[in-house]
Amino acid sequence: MRTMESENIIEMLHITKEFPGIIANDDITLQLRRGEIHALLGENGAGKSTLMSVLFGLYQPEKGVIKKNGQEVKINNPNDATALGIGMVHQHFKLIEVFTVLDNIILGAETTKMGFLQKKEARAKVEALSERYGLKVDLDAKVEDITVGMQQRVEILKMLYRDNEILIFDEPTAVLTPQEIDELMATMKEFAKEGKSILFISHKLNEIMAVSDRVTVLRKGKYIGTVDAKDTDKQSLSNMMVGRPVQLEVTKKPASPGEPVLDVKGFCVPARGHKRNAVNEVTFQARAGEILCIAGIDGNGQTELVYGLTGLEKSSGGTVTLCGEDISHASIRQRGGNMSHIPEDRHKHGLVLDFTLEQNMVLQRFNEKRFQTAGFINQGAVREYAEQLIEQYDVRSGQGPITVARSMSGGNQQKAIIAREVDREKPLIVAVQPTRGLDVGAIEYIHSQLVAERDRGRAVLLISLELDEVMSLSDRILVMYEGEIVGELDPKQTTVQELGLYMAGAKRMDMTKKEGEGA
Amino acid sequence: MKEQGGSLLQKEGTKTVLASLISIVIGLAVGSVLVLVVGLFSSNLGLASAWEGIRLIFLGLFSTGRDQVGVLTWGFNPRSVGNMLFRATPLILTGLSVSVAFKTGLFNIGAPGQYLMGTMATLAIALGIPSSALPGPVIWLLAFLGGVLAGALWGCIPGLVKSFLNINEVLACIMTNWIAANVVTWFFDASNFKNIVENTKSGYIYKTTYGLTQVDGVWTYVDGNGVQTAKLGLDKLFPGSQVNGGILIAVLIAIGIYILMSKTTLGYQLKACGSNRHAARYAGINDKRNIVLSMAIAGALAAAGAALYWLSGNTEFHWETYQSLPAEGFNGIPVALLAANNPIGVIFTGCFMSMLNVVGLQLTNLTAYNEYITDVIISVIVYLSAFSLVIKMMLNSRKKDKAANAAPGASSPDSPSEPDGSEAASTEKGGEQA
Repeated sequence: MRTMESENIIEMLHITKEFPGIIANDDITLQLRRGEIHALLGENGAGKSTLMSVLFGLYQPEKGVIKKNGQEVKINNPNDATALGIGMVHQHFKLIEVFTVLDNIILGAETTKMGFLQKKEARAKVEALSERYGLKVDLDAKVEDITVGMQQRVEILKMLYRDNEILIFDEPTAVLTPQEIDELMATMKEFAKEGKSILFISHKLNEIMAVSDRVTVLRKGKYIGTVDAKDTDKQSLSNMMVGRPVQLEVTKKPASPGEPVLDVKGFCVPARGHKRNAVNEVTFQARAGEILCIAGIDGNGQTELVYGLTGLEKSSGGTVTLCGEDISHASIRQRGGNMSHIPEDRHKHGLVLDFTLEQNMVLQRFNEKRFQTAGFINQGAVREYAEQLIEQYDVRSGQGPITVARSMSGGNQQKAIIAREVDREKPLIVAVQPTRGLDVGAIEYIHSQLVAERDRGRAVLLISLELDEVMSLSDRILVMYEGEIVGELDPKQTTVQELGLYMAGAKRMDMTKKEGEGA
Repeated sequence: MKEQGGSLLQKEGTKTVLASLISIVIGLAVGSVLVLVVGLFSSNLGLASAWEGIRLIFLGLFSTGRDQVGVLTWGFNPRSVGNMLFRATPLILTGLSVSVAFKTGLFNIGAPGQYLMGTMATLAIALGIPSSALPGPVIWLLAFLGGVLAGALWGCIPGLVKSFLNINEVLACIMTNWIAANVVTWFFDASNFKNIVENTKSGYIYKTTYGLTQVDGVWTYVDGNGVQTAKLGLDKLFPGSQVNGGILIAVLIAIGIYILMSKTTLGYQLKACGSNRHAARYAGINDKRNIVLSMAIAGALAAAGAALYWLSGNTEFHWETYQSLPAEGFNGIPVALLAANNPIGVIFTGCFMSMLNVVGLQLTNLTAYNEYITDVIISVIVYLSAFSLVIKMMLNSRKKDKAANAAPGASSPDSPSEPDGSEAASTEKGGEQA
């Protein structure tokens, strides 16, 4: 009994969690050993987040028990989880932007004497932790002023400050640069060496292979298996996850670029709340039949560039020509005539979450003759069209066309958007992080769709933060740094490291010369 | 049978209706408690009259008075029902006004102001056009349309301010309400319509059946010009009541709004803007235009309520009273909330709210209680209707509790419905632990 206890620090046995119409976790067992890095792998909607929410006390399972050191425990809320030494770095950080780093770390676990904060003691403790693990943070800076990477280090310090011994990392690398990812991996290994136990949720097989000891795979709410990382490889892991052989590499013919579809000259977009431009004097062309990728670390003006191109934000200078037509000041609807847009934020822009799937499928097209007669929606035609898209693009949902978009999994929401945008058959497709937060199966599918569209002679403007995606999918790479394009690279001739240097601003090309060469 | 109940309970619509009904029942129950407490502590009331009061609160609509012995009698009371329908007319329309705005993501607290502007325009047209110039029904129609237009324009103001200056519509609505109250007061004070004085009443009274006609070369107001809503036989159905065709118009408008919101591209756009303004903009829908349009429709509906109320032929407008805001406007909010913003539901909740009015009258007429009890009930329901979401959540968690209770029950040997082996395994382990 004693040895059992010491081996598994946390056991989640036969956990079942149901939501109306769906079993998110169906009899899942997860055993976390002391001092190991245990990866949790699964497609979107496989039930990873639900399982972690159960462990963190956000949901109560219908069936099953959680044991810590062999003792059954009841976790009713996150406070219980903290008391048991469970800490979590959420995918979206839970920090108060206007507080300092130190205040954020001690928030909720303040040391006080007679009701007064004892910040000195807290500071000493945080500094010691920060030193020991090499987690560099500026304790007096406000969270809104520090980089995403540092924010993540703050979240990690929060867990350490509370002496948590079970650390959950929910997709921690999504927001980091390659260099920061390496640092994080090293830190995680350091924690494990000291006997802390880590649950690591990720889609990225490279990272899982690099850092984890064991991997538990979930699929569609079911437990598929737990394997030792050293006994497996990326291909078999992804096959387990998706349930069929998956193609990890993008296969595509060489591009045959044609006429320029989009011509951007000296384009500027103002930043919110700042005087300087978020996009400054950007000039490039996107040609038919090529995938042009804009790479860069998050927050270097990519979002604003897309807003400016699609009309969501007014530009402050320069011209945009689409299919020979000057659209610098055109309305969103006019631009939509030749451009489809897979937006960065599928919940904010991509979908009306309270609408049904079929209503979302005609978001831009409801006014077309096909879908309306004298102002009355042609319900039958909308249904038929939605069913056709659902069939063609394999969008899965609980009730088909009448499913409320909010209830669908992230991957299928994205598939629905891609179905809608691709099916509009416009010469330019602006795809902003089209695979963000998606699983291997969905990524494979979306990549193949984008390549297919390219081969059909469309121009694809891809904005991506994922280096793997940038390298494998694009035909030409432009790197954006602080609102400017600092380099144009050929994915066949460059390396991830070189790309990383451009993204971090350590290297830049003279773009005026480069443009001259191109023309 | 039980299972059917379960699946019905799971339906979103059923839950909404149930939540509203619970709000109503709690409101009525609180009113009953109040009646009981007042009855027990008042010298000229007592337990017996408290019991009468409580019965009247729940069934006041079906009270037919007292018999010779002084016992309350019950039955179909055409007068009460007719008056309920008459008073429901403006409530249904202001309720629609609020619910259309809600559906498009706006909180139209400006219904009182739009109602007032509708009142002003309707009365001005009905009284301003000489009865000799046009036939009564034509004047009626012009007055109705004029009122609706005024309300729509007034509703546009918060909409414009919201879409172009990004000022919260609630603020703008509250301001325009008071501007409307003062504009209307000023208008009637300065207008020439004020000479309609009935012999027994002082002050200025405006009644649309008084038309301006030339009698012996002098312009005078004479009763009976026909500017009133047609009864359409409803007065025969509910004799002794004030009911007229207005209720049918309100119901038709409600159905029209239902069709507009759920079947047309315009409704689709409005709802898209309301539900997710960013996504609507992304899709090329003109969100600014739709916000203004939605507020205009809301304003038009509230004003239509005013027009139908004042054009009924038996309502008298006293201008002094309109230095405050009309309750019909604000009561549109609970009407819409109780109906969960469903235009068809608004017909019923509007009738329910006006029923409470009738109940209040019955209380005053038949017992020593006064009608303000019903005001308390209305306010409790207003509070609870805002909580109907919470009640809905409670309904959900009750179901969850049931499921949770069912789970341990499954481990008992007499439950054959659990073929799942894992379930048995986990309970076994649990047993070991214990």
